[in-house]
Amino acid sequence: MTEPLLKVRGLKIGATVYPPGEKPHDIEIVHGVDFDVDPGKVLGLIGESGAGKSTIGLASMAYGRGGVTLTGGTVEVNGRDVRKAALRDIRRLRGAEVTYVSQSAAASFNPAKQIMEQVIEAAVGQGKFSKADAQKRAVELFKKLGLPDPETIGNRYPHQVSGGQLQRCMTALALCPEPDLVVFDEPTTALDVTTQIDVLKAIKDAIRDTGVAALYITHDLAVVAQVSDHIMVLRHGEMVEYGTTDQIINAPLEEYTQALVSVRSIRHEEKQPTEPVLRVENITARYKGTHFDVLHNVSVDVSPGQTLAVVGESGSGKSTLARVITGLLPPRDGTITFAGRTLTPDQPARSREDLRELQMIYQMADTAMNPRQTVGTIIGRPLEFYFGLKGAEKQKRIQELLDEIELGTGFQDRYPAELSGGQKQRVCIARALAAKPKLIICDEVTSALDPLVADGILKLLLELQKVEDVAYLFITHDLATVKAIADSIAVMYQGRVQRYGTKSEVLSPPFDDYTDLLLSSVPEMKLGWLEDVIANRKMESAGN
Amino acid sequence: MHPILKLTLQRLGLGVLLLFAASALIFGLTEILPGDAAQAILGQAATPESLANLREEMGLNRPALTRYVEWLGGILTGDLGNALTNKLPIADQIAKRMSATLFLAFWAAIISVPLAILLGLVAVRYQNRWPDKLISGITLASISLPEFMIAYILVFFFAVQLFWAPSFASISPGMSLLEQLHAISLPVAVLTLVVLAHMMRMTRAAILNVMQSAYIETAELKGLTTFTVIYRHAFPNAIAPIVNVVMINLAYLVVGVVVVEVVFAYPGMGQYLVDAVVKRDVPVVLACGVIFAAVYIILNIVADVVSILANPRLRHPK
Repeated sequence: MTEPLLKVRGLKIGATVYPPGEKPHDIEIVHGVDFDVDPGKVLGLIGESGAGKSTIGLASMAYGRGGVTLTGGTVEVNGRDVRKAALRDIRRLRGAEVTYVSQSAAASFNPAKQIMEQVIEAAVGQGKFSKADAQKRAVELFKKLGLPDPETIGNRYPHQVSGGQLQRCMTALALCPEPDLVVFDEPTTALDVTTQIDVLKAIKDAIRDTGVAALYITHDLAVVAQVSDHIMVLRHGEMVEYGTTDQIINAPLEEYTQALVSVRSIRHEEKQPTEPVLRVENITARYKGTHFDVLHNVSVDVSPGQTLAVVGESGSGKSTLARVITGLLPPRDGTITFAGRTLTPDQPARSREDLRELQMIYQMADTAMNPRQTVGTIIGRPLEFYFGLKGAEKQKRIQELLDEIELGTGFQDRYPAELSGGQKQRVCIARALAAKPKLIICDEVTSALDPLVADGILKLLLELQKVEDVAYLFITHDLATVKAIADSIAVMYQGRVQRYGTKSEVLSPPFDDYTDLLLSSVPEMKLGWLEDVIANRKMESAGN
Repeated sequence: MHPILKLTLQRLGLGVLLLFAASALIFGLTEILPGDAAQAILGQAATPESLANLREEMGLNRPALTRYVEWLGGILTGDLGNALTNKLPIADQIAKRMSATLFLAFWAAIISVPLAILLGLVAVRYQNRWPDKLISGITLASISLPEFMIAYILVFFFAVQLFWAPSFASISPGMSLLEQLHAISLPVAVLTLVVLAHMMRMTRAAILNVMQSAYIETAELKGLTTFTVIYRHAFPNAIAPIVNVVMINLAYLVVGVVVVEVVFAYPGMGQYLVDAVVKRDVPVVLACGVIFAAVYIILNIVADVVSILANPRLRHPK
């Protein structure tokens, strides 16, 4: 039997928190976790945000983000306990024996330095390779990871390559010093779905070819199923279940794991289009100071009380379309008809009625609310502004809205900082509903949420649609969401509507090449899915 | 056109415009001051008739706009006019004085800028520990004291008590460089203390700001030492704000030395300006004002251009 490369026993991790208005106190984030990683094996760590996945991953490098410290247990790397090691010895381990790939390569590369310099820095600095050898090794890794121009891409600056490419450069950075263990922390989460599978494949092949062991952290079970040998499910800093990938995916024992595996349990009957509430005709738009159109001749309809899902990857023009409809970006050409009226192109000139009937919910609920206002004030504002409600009448309506979004009494006086991510998004939904709109534009409203929480939000939105008869224009890059809630779908690609129709029409073959790529790229919870997809693709993804 | 060239030319154009605006402002301000050169020259002996005659002779009673245009034309052709009081060409005087001021500013800058940045880096390395607090305490104390106060304290200890340095900073062309440096050691020390805190605090703040970035974590996870992380990864991204504050302080070393020059009786631009103001020698005041404005504007343009150059997105467009 081989000695495990990483042996974690009874790991406890704590942090000091500074809640507003209270004394700083210590809390425990991880409550005693045990696991092993054998040489050359991949362990997937999975769980929702706050489960302690990243914290555990970084603990293997004896690193605590923002005041986080390892408070108990042992973390042995190659037989040495890093929790008790001196900082000098820890520095010798970081970047040499254990390396790290972060979620956002774009933020993790120094913008002022060339990629090559950063990729070889650890390998050279730790004395594992000479500069020339490290560069040669980096170029080999660039080749292996499928980067274009592997000989010269290292001379570029981080802003000169795409997000997917940079994520692969980060993988090269981690593999360059020939580490024993790589910690992958959500390495594909920030990427478009079509780019994700290329990067995933590149990472998987690189792990296989270099024989390195890995901790693969993600909240997406379908993704981790493609790369790992074992999976550990975490929740609230404790292990829920541990097993082989096959067992976790196909025969989960714990209830929580079962919920994760079978997420997206929403059933939604598709409705047929009727006389549209919003009609977007031949919209062409460009941003000020640029010389190219970001939308070309876009035409879509939204029927009352129904959902139009607009899907596409980043840069396809989805959010720009929302900006045009809300009047934030007046189009160069085309008309928008809403509830029988032609909308003025720019927002300040619109009537209060137009403003009221067209509401918006954003991706980041955090930044869409004033942190210094209570939930009651936030929801009450549209009630005053549009309906002139005051006093007891307003309070009653606020309570009704809070009941509708399934938050009880007592939430009125809370501040956004005191709410969870899902609760914040619910408050934003209530604020939009308060105006009694005919149409709500939902811009990636579930993208920042954990799958189970997102599921709850989608169910709520569908429920509200039935009660309030409100239409949604639902912008998303997540096809699973689309399948769950849409009545019609518009697939956008490079500023054009590529495919448009009712959900069943759009999702039935024959597909055009782009829709095929998009649909096939959604990770499925099936072993060997990744290889099948790559083998059967008709076109390269755009993010490369 | 390359974006850097375009932005640089824009800055230069704006600088020229700004200089014209500054010249008009300076001219306008000297116009509304009570009294004029004729009054200053005649002093007690002024009668209405003699004043009128002298004004006529000196061309002071022509419209302000005419005199402004004439004066501006002179500056553009390199002629700063003659001083009213001694009739000597102002340009010759200023050349001499300016080189003395620049000499002082140069040595103050050579010492203070690297020292401030180094102290800033050390303060970040030992953030909130005693070295940081000590550096911040001393530099803040030195900026809080008026500069003449610091000057007299230094004179008292180093000139009066210890005889290490002269209290009068007089330099002459015949002196060797070492002798000259010895002569100006106290004013250089005062200027260094005055500008140090501002630059050091900005260096510290700018680098601490960058230290929050994800790429600093990446660097730490490469096993680099804290100081390597700071100078290799944080400093290059903090250059723009640091250069800005360095340039403002360099400008101060040239245009703000009035007090220090007067205290140490140093024959620089500051002394010259003060003398001219006392004697109501308006052409000299105007010339000094415009030169100070030009120094200020040029150094700020340099700061802007360096900030632009420090941005990799502008230096290496896609």
